[in-house]
Amino acid sequence: MQAGELIVTDQLGRPGDKTDIQRAYSVLEDVMDPEVPVVSVMDLGIVRDVGWTDGHLYVVVTPTYSGCPATEYIETSIREALQEAGFAHPHITQSLDPAWTTDWITDQGRNRLKAYGIAPPVGSSNKRTLLSGITQVECPNCGSDDTEQLSEFGSTACKSLYRCKSCLEPFDYFKCI
Amino acid sequence: MTKYDDLTEFLLRLGDSALIQAQRLCEWTGRAPALEEELGMMNVGLDLVGQARNWYDYAAERINDGTDADALAFRRDERAFRNLLLVEQPNGDFAVTMTKQFFYDAWQFHVLTLLKNANDEHIAAIATKSLKEVTYHLRRSSQWVERLGDGTDESHQRMVNAIDTVWRFTFELVEQNDTEWSLSEAGHIPALTELPELWHATVSEVFTNATLTVPDAASTFYLSARTGMHSEHLGLLLAEMQFLQRAYPDASW
Repeated sequence: MQAGELIVTDQLGRPGDKTDIQRAYSVLEDVMDPEVPVVSVMDLGIVRDVGWTDGHLYVVVTPTYSGCPATEYIETSIREALQEAGFAHPHITQSLDPAWTTDWITDQGRNRLKAYGIAPPVGSSNKRTLLSGITQVECPNCGSDDTEQLSEFGSTACKSLYRCKSCLEPFDYFKCI
Repeated sequence: MTKYDDLTEFLLRLGDSALIQAQRLCEWTGRAPALEEELGMMNVGLDLVGQARNWYDYAAERINDGTDADALAFRRDERAFRNLLLVEQPNGDFAVTMTKQFFYDAWQFHVLTLLKNANDEHIAAIATKSLKEVTYHLRRSSQWVERLGDGTDESHQRMVNAIDTVWRFTFELVEQNDTEWSLSEAGHIPALTELPELWHATVSEVFTNATLTVPDAASTFYLSARTGMHSEHLGLLLAEMQFLQRAYPDASW
């Protein structure tokens, strides 16, 4: 038996199997995005598959934006969290297809973003929304619809900058893609 | 100098263009006319670096001699670069920067839209991913062209000057080439025959809104990214961009 086949959470160790996949999912629920630390990788919908093959756990993740500098950091965080939970040798691979869309952000993720002061993406990422760019964004602080875009781009690739004309607070909007 | 197979050359054309365009955008760091515009340019640049890396990863896989995305970006000489002449041109003022960005975005938008349906799964996946980002880029640069062209007398004149400065490099955006023909014949990518018309339609539409005139089609001249015959600006850009990796190979921190 190879070391990589062991689940090493207890002193004795035991071989892992498919029944451990659920536990891996619950570990991933606690791996947070480094730039938006209130949402987990599961909330963001970037974990595309978790499974068991050849005595190893594997995880398939997809990047949010092509140039997102957090992608590698997230992979490392996932690896460390899984190893800490006893998955001795998790395989983490990246997949570009199908391309990530904000439609995959879970309801829990959307609520967490809003509570953190970031307006969640509005509507679905169809072509019309992307091309026209016209969206009614609700202020995450006071709930007013009377908001305006300050900049198409914000502090990270996934956000744009808005301002609420009612409570006058600026805020980030998680762009729809 | 190594000339790769047609598909790899095509991947380098896409990757190199994205990387060099991103490098030019980075030159605006700390010098943009407004904070929001600086954020915008850096975000677009970041997307393009990511796209370049995806194209390079695939190219490196095909070259298969131990090279990787970093080596392709930082250890090739000027003559090996396949980027569009347009993107290596100096930034000039904000009007020149936005005009270059707009011409490039319109080209990317239509190329990627066609490549989304490529039989080659790698290409289709990267194109689909990139297109989402490029749609934002095109929207932003189109808005700037309209705002400056249809703005004050000064901004309109600057746009006219900017178009005069870079228009002659647009012949590469609309030329039909044997490499792409053979790739589509071989079934790797869809035919790009509609590309000139699509690019021209986007430029005409935005220019009309911007009260700007579309010049006659630019003619081919002796420089060509396909043969590595670049303008004098690329060497200087690479000297700066590649310095660290050339001086301290595989440096890490």
